Amino acid sequence: MSSSVTLADLRQIGQKATVLSVEGDDAVAVRLMEMGVFDGTEVSVVGFAPLGDPIEFSIRGYRLSLRKSEARRVLIAPLS
Amino acid sequence: MPVASPVALKTLTVALIGNPNTGKSTLFNGLTGGNARIGNFPGVTVEKKVGRFLHAGHEIRLIDLPGTYSLSPRSADEMVSVDVLLGRQKDVGRPDVVVCIVDAANLERNLYLFSQLRDLQIPLVLVLNMWDSTRQAGVQIDVDRLQSRLGVMAVPTTAQKLIGLEDLRNTILRAAEQGPPAVHRPLPPEFYTQCDQLRAWLEDRMPAPVPVFLCERMLLDVHGAAEHAVPASVAPELASRLTTARESLAQQGVRIPLAETKSRYAWIRQQLDGIVTHTRPLEELTWSDRVDRYLTHKVVGIVFFVVLMFLIFQAIYTWAGPAMELVEAGQGFISGLVESALPAGAFRSLLVDGVIAGVGSVVIFLPQIVLLFAFIAILEDCGYMARAAFLMDKLMLQVGLNGKAFLPLMSSFACAIPGIMATRVIESRRDRMVTILIAPLMSCSARLPVYLLLVGAFVPAVTWFGGLIGLQGLVLFLMQSLGALVAIPIAWLLKKFVFHGEPTPFVMELPNYKWPSPRIVLSRILERSGAFLKEAGTLIFLVTVLIWAAGYFPGDHSGEQQIGEQIAQIEAEPETEATLAQLEILQERQNEISASLIQTSYLGQAGKLIEPAVRPLGWDWRIGIGAIASFPAREVIIATLGTIFSLGGDISDDVTGLQGALQTATWPDGRPLFTLPVALSVMVFFALCAQCGATLMVMGRETHHWRWPVITFVYMTALAYLGSLAIYQVGTALGW
Repeated sequence: MSSSVTLADLRQIGQKATVLSVEGDDAVAVRLMEMGVFDGTEVSVVGFAPLGDPIEFSIRGYRLSLRKSEARRVLIAPLS
Repeated sequence: MPVASPVALKTLTVALIGNPNTGKSTLFNGLTGGNARIGNFPGVTVEKKVGRFLHAGHEIRLIDLPGTYSLSPRSADEMVSVDVLLGRQKDVGRPDVVVCIVDAANLERNLYLFSQLRDLQIPLVLVLNMWDSTRQAGVQIDVDRLQSRLGVMAVPTTAQKLIGLEDLRNTILRAAEQGPPAVHRPLPPEFYTQCDQLRAWLEDRMPAPVPVFLCERMLLDVHGAAEHAVPASVAPELASRLTTARESLAQQGVRIPLAETKSRYAWIRQQLDGIVTHTRPLEELTWSDRVDRYLTHKVVGIVFFVVLMFLIFQAIYTWAGPAMELVEAGQGFISGLVESALPAGAFRSLLVDGVIAGVGSVVIFLPQIVLLFAFIAILEDCGYMARAAFLMDKLMLQVGLNGKAFLPLMSSFACAIPGIMATRVIESRRDRMVTILIAPLMSCSARLPVYLLLVGAFVPAVTWFGGLIGLQGLVLFLMQSLGALVAIPIAWLLKKFVFHGEPTPFVMELPNYKWPSPRIVLSRILERSGAFLKEAGTLIFLVTVLIWAAGYFPGDHSGEQQIGEQIAQIEAEPETEATLAQLEILQERQNEISASLIQTSYLGQAGKLIEPAVRPLGWDWRIGIGAIASFPAREVIIATLGTIFSLGGDISDDVTGLQGALQTATWPDGRPLFTLPVALSVMVFFALCAQCGATLMVMGRETHHWRWPVITFVYMTALAYLGSLAIYQVGTALGW
């Protein structure tokens, strides 16, 4: 994989990114994909829980909470 | 399809399914008027909810399937929905129509499940729910074009306000008449070729054909539950056959599982193109987002959360108090009525001390349960529940649980029963089971009286820092926290050895905030409280009667009754100093007799029998039977100790008297019975022991298996015994 930036690396509220791929084919990966997270999906950061984990994202018009361990499975290309 | 005659009702089976947070239960209640039979599907922990309603000469059986984001079953629990939809679930029958409810404001993701349902070849109706708020949010949907593109009928509804339900009822009947929609194949053709081959291969080995949908799921779900739909004896090489098929698909550029999600979302995008228009730009922050900024904020969010939890907790303790006193007063009133109507004897005692006390010990929980369910229902319905889980997840993860376990566990500090029932919000079965199994360790309000009694009597009132910190308060705090501290390693062990497996995803939707609907809140309270009364009521009642019988028989109660009559006579006369003195003597004699009666009863005999077992804890037989008698409900200990230590039955308003009696109680050789280590040993036992029949009953109901309450009972009793043993032996060795 050429890029190693993941959703867990986004630090700023409002930061946007495009998903490049979701790693693996286990329950976590399948659930992420079913929720609409796969290559080409646009994602933006809405907020962080007090301990920095989990992270709230906005995707496909709804709000999704991911643990960092799950967000790390999603490779991205940050926008702007 | 034959025309239904006006007299004979035609029965239709309809399955209702949808994503979480789409208002599915609200729609279910709206359609059925809230009348539903609740049970469970055999062999799994999935609730089976079936309601009925009549419409235009049809009787419609509505099956409520669990909220889900997809039909890709990974466990036997998730397989239930697929089995129902395919007509493989014998106890409900094949559905004639499937109703898929979606949040109209969030069509894209919601239609994922719909696109899977569309593959089933069953008459399908799409419900566009939350239509009101969708319009208000500036989302316009061209329903006519959507219907013709999707090939199924769509009905806009606002279930919360019962809008659109009549239209939906008519549409369900029309869909049943129209039959299944056209064949739908959103995945690449290579996939369907493989699927046909797999089906032919299975047909050679199986007596009955395997449904197409199941073959598709076998290929699509790696290690999914569909693989087990075919008996392993029929096709033992199925797993390797599937791996080969998936590899060959991958070579053709169809990567599983990505191919399914990509194809379906591409199909959805295509269907929605030009049909959904936003009058407001998508990027604009909604008011829900703005609220969320504060409620999930590092400081503001945490402060709000802590204050909210504190208020709920306080409310449960204080608001429930008067209602609980009312239950007690009612119990006393009814007991009084029975006592005045019936002659003294075994039957009256059975009614008063067995039946009425047994029913009372269940009903007494009701105020706390109703209040807690009210709070939980409000938090769930307004959308805050998901935020609470979001805030607490990191913390709960340290114990191997997830954020959704926080509220059930916190509720268990008031009462484990609503706590266990509140675990339904936890989707991960393993996390839910662990939460249920440790919930009874949290120090519930029924343990508090025991602590107060013993701390007040035996812990020295030493204070430090100018009275700021006292030893009594410290011990009380430690006792209250003990269960939760012990729960941490227990949860870890359960996770490690009993409920192990691949980590479950905590991918959670954070629904938009909305005002809670009183109707939904009320119906949830009624549903859950009713379930508690029904399930816990019957068995706890039986156990209480049994304990009563063990304490009553085989003694001769005539002496006690005679004195009781004498007391009643004297009490009826005008009060003078002479009668008061007489009363005191009589009451003392009555206490002595009842103490000796309980000593010779089966319960007392059992106490003597187990004395060797409780000696290492520093207990004599009296404390022993107190503990045994408290197994149905731990709060009984106060009354039991009162009886055993010769204080008479009713000591609830005389705790100081009981404290005095305990302080002066001795071993036969004259040594004081209660020392600090003995008091601590009793408290530790009560902190860790599963002395609550109602909790165990509810646990059996929620887990759908008697195995779990039994395991909980055994592990907690063992913990309690070992904990008491340790504190007594250490305390004695240190010379406390």
